[in-house]
Order: sequence, then structure tokens, then C-alpha cells
Amino acid sequence: MYDNEMKLEFLSKSCNEAFARITVAAFASQLDPTIEELADIKTAVSEAVTNSIIHGYEDSEGIIKIKGKIIKNTIEIEISDTGKGIENIELARKPLYTTKANLERSGMGFTIMENFMDEVQIDSVLGLGTKVIMRKKIKKHLVNIEEEEFASLGGVS
Amino acid sequence: MNINFIKQDKQLIVEITEEIDHHVAEKIRRKVDDEITRYMPRKTIFDFSRVTFMDSAGIGMIIGRYKMMKLIGGSLEIVNISQTVRRILEMSGIDRIIPMAS
Repeated sequence: MYDNEMKLEFLSKSCNEAFARITVAAFASQLDPTIEELADIKTAVSEAVTNSIIHGYEDSEGIIKIKGKIIKNTIEIEISDTGKGIENIELARKPLYTTKANLERSGMGFTIMENFMDEVQIDSVLGLGTKVIMRKKIKKHLVNIEEEEFASLGGVS
Repeated sequence: MNINFIKQDKQLIVEITEEIDHHVAEKIRRKVDDEITRYMPRKTIFDFSRVTFMDSAGIGMIIGRYKMMKLIGGSLEIVNISQTVRRILEMSGIDRIIPMAS
């Protein structure tokens, strides 16, 4: 069972990019992340949502779904679309690779997600859509270390 | 639109005062290109002191303006970059071609 869970659904409009990352950041904030960790999450979400909008739906209207889960001190974010899917995931993951250079896309989306999150999993089926699952462990602050040690010794914190 | 232009001595200072993502980058791109075409600056300076967030859309936007400035024989510079934004720029390697200052 998860400690907490949320679901979000919105139209694939570019003005929702800010809405998505701010909402996920608000959900993540219960893990008490640092400003930097929060920025990492916001950036990774922004990249995934932008990919769904411009690559998945190619600027046509569709639905983007986000599921957020908190498992102990790890946040899991699943971002999915029912767009056109990724032809070659290996290639898409490569830094600076883009199919939309004309739109001034830098090809850094997945590289940023991989650098800012601990784990990035991409599932995609041509014609059916893409699902990106990302996980990030939020480091506990110093204050909590004693509590954690106590718990690992069999105590209840 | 949260973008200010300051023009002096053929320098175009572009002050951006909002989060740069794909949605915003397209608007910035149009505005800045319009300004560059009209003013033909020798140097364009992006002032990022009020940019609290930027994703990869910002990288594309900067590279695009850098190319445009090169095309008209000018240069591009970015100033007042936060630590968060710097990490993104370094990841892309554009910090090696475009002068940047914190």
C-alpha cells in the first residue's frame, strides 16, 4: 500500500505545463524536500508533460494523466498520454537527439529527467501512447536520522 | 508578457521575469526575434536575474537566439543565472559556447 496517492488529468495545452509541475511539486512537498530537490522534480515533470504535448499529441488536443505516489520517502510520478508513441526509445533518450529541431527543441528532455530523478522508465507503444514513470528518493534531513536509527533497531518512531 | 527590453549603444538587454518552459519560450522567441530584427544589436544580453525556473525549452530558445545573433554578426551573453538554471545550461553544454555570468 502507498502512503499517499494522487491523480491528475488535464488537456494537452502548453499553458498546463506550469500547472502540472506546480501541482506535482505541491504533492511532493509533504516529503519535505530541499529547494533543489523540488526544482529537480518540477523540471522533470515539465519535460515529460511537454513531450506528451508536442510529440505525443503533436499539438492536437488530448488528455495527459499524472499519477503521484509516495512510498516511504520516495516519490513516484507516472505521466501518460494516448498519443502517437515513441518509435525508438533508445534514440529518444540520447542527449541532443530531437525530431523537432524546427521547433527549437534541444533534445535534452529525457537527459534532464534521467539526471534529476533517480529512475526513469519509459513504456511506449506506437499509436497507443507513452508512459513515463520516474522515481526520486527524498533525502531525510539530519534531524530525522536518529529517529530512523531508532526504527531500524526495532523501535517505533 | 513578462519581458522587458532595454536598448542602449547597440546592446539589447532582454530581461525575462517568468518561468521559462515550452509555453513561454515560444512567446519569448517571437518577441525577441522581432526586437533583434528591428534594432539589429551588436550584442544581445539575456538578464536571468528573475528567472526562477527553466527547463530544456530554455536551452532551445537560447541556442536559437545565439544563432540569430551570429547570423547578423553579433554576439549573445547571459547574465545573473541562478544555480538551478546553471545546472540545466551546463547539462546541455551551451555554457561552453555562450558566455555566462552568475
